[in-house]
Amino acid sequence: MSLRVNDLRVHYRTLKGEVKALDGVSFTMADGEILGLAGESGCGKTTLGKSLIRMDGRMRHAGGTVELDGRNLPVGDDRAMNAFRFHEVSLIPQYSMSAMNPTRRIGKMIGELLRSRGVTLDTAELHHRIDLVGLPREVLSRYPIELSGGMKQRMVMVISTLLDPSLLIADEITSALDVSTQKAVVKAMLGFRDNGFVKSMIFITHDLALTSNLADTVMIMYAGKLAEKAPADKVVKAPRHPYTQLLINSLPEIGVRYDQRKLAGIPGSPPSLLNPPKGCRFRDRCPIAGGECAEEPPVAEIEPDHFVACWKA
Amino acid sequence: MGRPHVRRYFGRKLLIYGLTFVVAVTVNWMIPRFMPGDPVASMLARARVSQPAAVEAMRTYYTNLFGFDQPIWQQYLNFWGALFQGDFGISIWVFPTPVADVILAAVPYTLALMIPSVLLSYWVGNRFGAFAARRKLLDNTVLPVGYILTATPYMWLAVILAWGLGVVAGWFPVAGGYSFSLQPSWSWEFFLDLLHHWILPFLSLFLVALGGWAIGMRNMIIYELESDYSNYLSALGAPSRLIRRYAYRNAILPQITGLALQLGVLVAGALVTEIVFSYPGLGSLILKAIQNQDFFLLQGTFMFIVIGVLVANFLIDIVYVLIDPRTRTGMAGAQA
Ligand SMILES: Nc1ncnc2c1ncn2[C@@H]1O[C@H](COP(=O)(O)OP(=O)(O)O)[C@@H](O)[C@H]1O
Ligand code: SF4
Ligand SMILES: [Mg+2]
Repeated sequence: MSLRVNDLRVHYRTLKGEVKALDGVSFTMADGEILGLAGESGCGKTTLGKSLIRMDGRMRHAGGTVELDGRNLPVGDDRAMNAFRFHEVSLIPQYSMSAMNPTRRIGKMIGELLRSRGVTLDTAELHHRIDLVGLPREVLSRYPIELSGGMKQRMVMVISTLLDPSLLIADEITSALDVSTQKAVVKAMLGFRDNGFVKSMIFITHDLALTSNLADTVMIMYAGKLAEKAPADKVVKAPRHPYTQLLINSLPEIGVRYDQRKLAGIPGSPPSLLNPPKGCRFRDRCPIAGGECAEEPPVAEIEPDHFVACWKA
Repeated sequence: MGRPHVRRYFGRKLLIYGLTFVVAVTVNWMIPRFMPGDPVASMLARARVSQPAAVEAMRTYYTNLFGFDQPIWQQYLNFWGALFQGDFGISIWVFPTPVADVILAAVPYTLALMIPSVLLSYWVGNRFGAFAARRKLLDNTVLPVGYILTATPYMWLAVILAWGLGVVAGWFPVAGGYSFSLQPSWSWEFFLDLLHHWILPFLSLFLVALGGWAIGMRNMIIYELESDYSNYLSALGAPSRLIRRYAYRNAILPQITGLALQLGVLVAGALVTEIVFSYPGLGSLILKAIQNQDFFLLQGTFMFIVIGVLVANFLIDIVYVLIDPRTRTGMAGAQA
């Protein structure tokens, strides 16, 4: 097992109280696995991704453990985590367009970043990877502002994976791109995995259709909890959780334009995570909810590698 | 790469400075001409009392200077011509010394106050503000002290310092550029005396400006430390040393713009401070010109200050372009 997340709980401290954005999530990932993490906006995808590499000041590790390659990952300890960052766990952030210091030439910034982590820059390897993602090598002597959005995205991909991390977290990295650039990025990500630059990858997106092209396994989250996790084709062809089913049904037929996809959705909205309701969190939107749903459904492995949290699955 | 952008940027800037200069000169030219009454006559009337012997020479001089017999556009062109020869007219207060000479004698004092206080307050304030940002204890002291300092009018601080360190403690003289008992000379003794007189006006200018820079920098640094590139570097485990270094460099850019914007305020502060300390720079000159109704001296001093501020602004623009790659690569130039 490459990654083992066990009952992870992460809360946001706010003036109104703790927002339980990650409320007891458990899953495992195999070596070489690409896990697609999907779900509506606000379900806790970014929170999970950040928890595995760097929590911001408002986040609090409220419980649970994470194990990476058999070693405990001290997610709640900002200092202890530093040894793992970049080397073992790395991130392609949601904000890739603005992730590079605007006043440094990209090559110089990479050199300074590596030196600050005690690593000497392997220029040949850097060039090789820049070639692989289809960027011209002279981007290294450019400032970020001189690159297009897609180029910045690919440059950040190269930087983040430069130390061959075991786990890579990619958060909504295709959301800001047009469809053809999205395809190129997905292809590059697969290439990174196949070349062994990263061992396993969590690919976060709210776009289920895209996930299923790339991911081996898809995990659907709802309101800070795991709803369903299964091999990608299972999730698409035979989803068992009512939420997943509604998500899949709301996907457009082939040929429907992207902006129309957003119109189709599930009626209602997720519950507040400040004081989440008891029982199944999907209950007030679920078309088949019943009496037993007043109690919280546990995550059950209904067949090998297929996990669902629903009484009626 | 980027060269045409830079040229266009400076071209546009130069145009703006040029226009500002022309407008300032024109306004300066218009004021005495369109003032009600006869400025020459009223100037002479006042001079008659204090310097009766000089009155006839002054009348001839000023009538020639204004050239009232010439068409108005000719008068305007003459004014420009005189300006380019450094001819600001003759002072009434110290007739018949040319205004340009009176100004040049005062300029070193003003520059000696302005340049060190502006540069030092800028440098120390920025360093200090950057250092205090996100360091609890320092932040909790720097912030209130900084706000108090910037909120203090220049004159107040000058008066407080003059009273406290000058009158009460008696450590520093409170008036003049040097002791009346000394003659200006290139001696060590005179230099120390100059320095002694310089410290209080310098300190009051320095302190007021310091607070503003420190607060501005602290806020800018916090903004930069919360920016995406800082978060990305933190996520990759970069030490805060590197992140702070980047943040400082990026935060200093808006501070440079702030310096350009503040220049007028700083000059005004220096003039007021000079008056409080009777320091023999341009500020005291303005006061003297007003007291003696020396119109040409006033006009010349204003002209000189306008030119000085424009030149300093242009220098700051050049520095900005040199250190911000975004203007050099042309993208930001489009908005500038
Ligand atoms: N800084 C924060 N303070 C308080 N609540 C937050 C903060 N960031 C996120 N949340 C809450 O945590 C939940 C999960 O957010 P997030 O992980 O960003 O969702 P996703 O990435 O799936 O859209 C949401 O309900 C959101 O409102
Ligand atoms: S547990 Fe009940 S409410 Fe929740 S998804 Fe299943 S059927 Fe719907
Ligand atoms: Mg998100």
